[in-house]
Amino acid sequence: MTSPKLGSVIEWIIERLLFLCAALSVLTTAGIIGVLALETYEFLRQVSIVEFLTGTEWTPLFSNQKFGVLPLVAGTMLVSAIAMVVALPMGLLAAIYLSEYSPSGLRRIVKPILEILAGVPTVVYGYFALTFVTPLLQRFFPQLSGFNALSPGIVMGLMILPLVSSLSEDAMRAVPRGLREGSYALGATRMQTALRVVVPAAFSGITAAFILAVSRAIGETMIVAIAAGQQPRLTGNPFVPIETMTAYIVQVSLGDTPQGTIEYRTIFAVGMLLFLMTFSLNLISTWLRERFREEYA
Amino acid sequence: MRKHADLLFQLLSLATLLVALAALGALVFDIFSDGASRLSWPFITNIASRNAEDAGVYHALMGSIWVIALTGLLALPVGVAAAIYLEEYGTRSRIARFIELNIANLAAVPSIIYGLLGLGLFVRLMGMGQSVMAGAATLALLALPVVILSTREALRTVPGTIREGSYALGATKWQTIWHQVLPMALPGVLTGLILALSRAIGETAPLITIGALTYIPFAPDSVWSKFTVLPIQIFNWVSRPQAEFKANAAAAILVLLALLLTMNAIAIVVRDRYQRQGRA
Amino acid sequence: MTSAIRYTAALVILSVTLAACGPSAQDARPSANAGRSSGPTLVTLDGSSTVFPISEAVAEEFQKTEGGAVRVTVGISGTGGGFQKFCRGEIDIANASRHISATEIEACKQSGIGYVELPVAYDGIAIAVSPKNTWANDITVAELKTLWAPDAQGKVTKWSQVREGWPDREIHLFGAGVDSGTYDYFTEAINGKAKASRGDFTSSEDDNVLVQGVGNDELALGFVPYAYFESNKDKLKLLPVDGGTGAVTPTPETIEKGTYKPLSRPVFIYVSKKAAQRPEVQRFIDFYLKNADKLVREVNYVSLGAESYAANVEKFSQERTR
Repeated sequence: MTSPKLGSVIEWIIERLLFLCAALSVLTTAGIIGVLALETYEFLRQVSIVEFLTGTEWTPLFSNQKFGVLPLVAGTMLVSAIAMVVALPMGLLAAIYLSEYSPSGLRRIVKPILEILAGVPTVVYGYFALTFVTPLLQRFFPQLSGFNALSPGIVMGLMILPLVSSLSEDAMRAVPRGLREGSYALGATRMQTALRVVVPAAFSGITAAFILAVSRAIGETMIVAIAAGQQPRLTGNPFVPIETMTAYIVQVSLGDTPQGTIEYRTIFAVGMLLFLMTFSLNLISTWLRERFREEYA
Repeated sequence: MRKHADLLFQLLSLATLLVALAALGALVFDIFSDGASRLSWPFITNIASRNAEDAGVYHALMGSIWVIALTGLLALPVGVAAAIYLEEYGTRSRIARFIELNIANLAAVPSIIYGLLGLGLFVRLMGMGQSVMAGAATLALLALPVVILSTREALRTVPGTIREGSYALGATKWQTIWHQVLPMALPGVLTGLILALSRAIGETAPLITIGALTYIPFAPDSVWSKFTVLPIQIFNWVSRPQAEFKANAAAAILVLLALLLTMNAIAIVVRDRYQRQGRA
Repeated sequence: MTSAIRYTAALVILSVTLAACGPSAQDARPSANAGRSSGPTLVTLDGSSTVFPISEAVAEEFQKTEGGAVRVTVGISGTGGGFQKFCRGEIDIANASRHISATEIEACKQSGIGYVELPVAYDGIAIAVSPKNTWANDITVAELKTLWAPDAQGKVTKWSQVREGWPDREIHLFGAGVDSGTYDYFTEAINGKAKASRGDFTSSEDDNVLVQGVGNDELALGFVPYAYFESNKDKLKLLPVDGGTGAVTPTPETIEKGTYKPLSRPVFIYVSKKAAQRPEVQRFIDFYLKNADKLVREVNYVSLGAESYAANVEKFSQERTR
C-alpha cells in the first residue's frame, strides 16, 4: 500500500457511498413492506382479519360496509387463469419451436419481435382489449358484457406469452446438446426428443417461468382497469363485469384518498395481500431457477 | 407414423408462434387504423380539450418528458453506484448476496405496489405532494433494478486485464473504476438506462396511484408542479364513450409508441457505435 | 461494532437529508403563490363528475381569453371527495351535484373556510339501459327502490324480480360511486336516505365508465347524469320514470320545470371566500357566470336562464367579502 493517507480515506468514503446506494434496494423493500404493513395494521384494527380474508362481499365504501376481499381475489384469479390458458401452452410451444426446430435465421427475426410484444405499454393492451377484442368476441358471444373477464384475460395472455416463451427457451437451450444427440442416436424424432427428453430436463426452469408468468398476471393493472369492469363479484363467469385487486386500487386512487380514512387503508390492505401473493410466487420461481442452474451449470 | 406426428407437431408449434405474431400485427393495425388520421402537428401541440377534434397531447407529452428526464437523473447515479459496489467491491460477502436477492425480487414486484410506496412515502410522509418529483422518485425506484442489473452486465464485459493493468501501474481501486472500467462499460450502462426508461415511460398505474391528474391543461413548469403523462391521458380518453375520443386515444398511443421506438433505436445505436469504437 | 455504528450514522444522516430536502405539503400546494409574482397563477377545482363537463368547458374558454396568464385544473374526485379537499383548504372551488351536507358545513367551519354557493345548472338523473335491451321501456320509482335499496344487496339479481314479465336473467347494475353527489341525490330520492343503497354494483365516480358499461351490456341498467346521456344518445336507451303521475321522459323542459321527478336537481359550484380574494379567481367566477348560459347548453345541461346567472353575479360579489 503506497497510497497517501488522504487517498485511502477518500477510497473508504467512496466505498461506503457505493454501499449505501446498493443498500437502497434493501431500503426500498423495507419501505414497501413498511408502508403496506403500517396501513394494513391500522386497517386490521377496525376490520377483523377473518372477515377480510373470508368474507364474500366487498363494499367498503358504501353505507353497508362489508370488507370481504374474496370477490377481488376471485376477479384476479379468473382473469389470470384465462391469461394462463393462453400464455402457458402457447408460450411453451413457441419456445419448443424456437429451441428445437427453427432455423437460426428465423430465430433472429422472431425473437426481437417477441421482445417488442413484451415491451408494449399495458395501457395499449387495455385499449386493444376494450375496443377490438371485446366487440370481436361479442360477435360470437352476444351475451358478453362490455366489461368482462374474458377479453382482458386473453389479451393479458398475449402480453405474457413472450415472457413464458423466452424463459422456457432459455431453460431448454441450457440442456446439454449431448442429451439431444443421444436421443436422436436412438432414432427418436425431434418431437419425441423435445417432449420426452428436453422438456423434462428443463422442467424446473420451465416451471419457474410458469410461476413468474402467474405472478405477472396477478400484478397486472391497466388491462383490467380499462376492460374488466369495476364490480366486485364472486363468480367464475368470464362474461360479466368483475373487479380485480389491482383495478380496485386504481379506482380508489382516481378519487380522493384522504389519509387516515378507512377508504385510504383499504387500498393498502389489498396492496399488502397482492404483494404477499406475488412475492411468494417470485421467491418460489427464483428458488426453482437456482436449482435448475445448479443442475446444468 | 412417427414422422407424421413429428411434422404435425412442428406445424402446430410454428402455428402457435405465428398466431402470437399475428395478434401483435392485429394490435398494430387496429391502433394505426383508429388513430393515424388524428395524427397531425396540431395534435402534438394542442392541450386537452372537451372537443375531441381540438384536443391534443402537448401537456401529457411534456409531462412524460419531464418525468422521464428526472427519473433518469435520479436512477442513473444511484443505479450505477449500486452496480459498481456489487460487481467490484462486495462480490462474495453475505450482505452483497442479500442485496442481490432484494434487487431480483424488486424487479418482479407489480408496478402498482411501487405506486402505493410512492403515495405513502413521497407524497404523504415526505410531503412532495402530487408533483413531478414524487412521480419521478417513484419511477426511479421502479427503474433501479433494471439499471443495476444491466450496469452489472456491462461491467462484467470489461476484461479483467484492464483492471490488472491499472493496479499494476499503482492506481487505487476507485481510480481504476472511474478512469478505466466505467468508460469502457459506458455504452452498456447507457443502453440499460434507456431500456429502463422506456419501460418507465409506459407506466400508468403507479402514477395514477400517487395522484397524477387527468385534467391538467398545461405542461409542468417545475419539478414540484402537478402533472399528467401520456399513458394517463390515453387511459382518460379510452374511458370516454365517444368514438372521437377513442381515435384520440389511438393517436396518443401512436405518439407514445413513436417515443418508445426512438428511445430503443437510440439505445441500439449507442451500443453499436461504442462497440465499434471499443474494438478500434 | 464500530462499523455498525458508522453504518447506522450514515443511514440516519441520509434519511434526515432526504426528509429535509422534500418541501412541506404547504409549499407543494399550488394556492400558495406568494413567491411567484411573475409566473402564471393557478385556480384549482375538484369534485363532481357531473359538474365536470361544465367546469371543464368554462376552464378551457377562460384560459384561452387569459392567454396563459391563469391556469385552471379540474379534478373528478366526486362531490364528497371535492368537499373534503375544499374544507381542508386544498382547492379553490368545489364542483357539487348536491347541496353541501351538515357534516361538510361543520368541517368547513372548523377549518375556517367560508364559501359562496352558486347554482350553475339543472340536471336530471337519467335511467339508462343498453340499446340492445328489448324488454324495458319504462320504470317506476317503486321498482327503482326494489333494485337499489340496501337490502337488495345479493338478493335482487334478476330482471324478473323487478317486474313480472321481464326476463329471468341477471341484471348488471351501474351507478355513480360513493363520493358522487349524483349517488347521494339518487339514493335520497329513491331510497329515502342519502348514501343508503346496495353495494354490489359497478360504481364509478367517472360517468364515462358508466356510459360505456351500460351501452355495451344487454343486461345492464344504470343511472347517469342526463347530460351524459344527451352526449351519448346513440349508445344508450332512456327509460321514462313514473314518479306516481305517469311515466315522464327527462328532457330539458321536464327537468327545468321539475316534472321529471324525483330525479331533477340543481348543480352547484362552491367558491372559497379566501380564494375569492384573489383577482384571478374573481375573474374566473365572473367569466363562469357570464358564459354559463351558453356553455351549459353546449355541454347538454339545462341552463338556469340568463337572469338567474346575472343574479348570481350579484350574489357572488356581495357574499364573498362577508
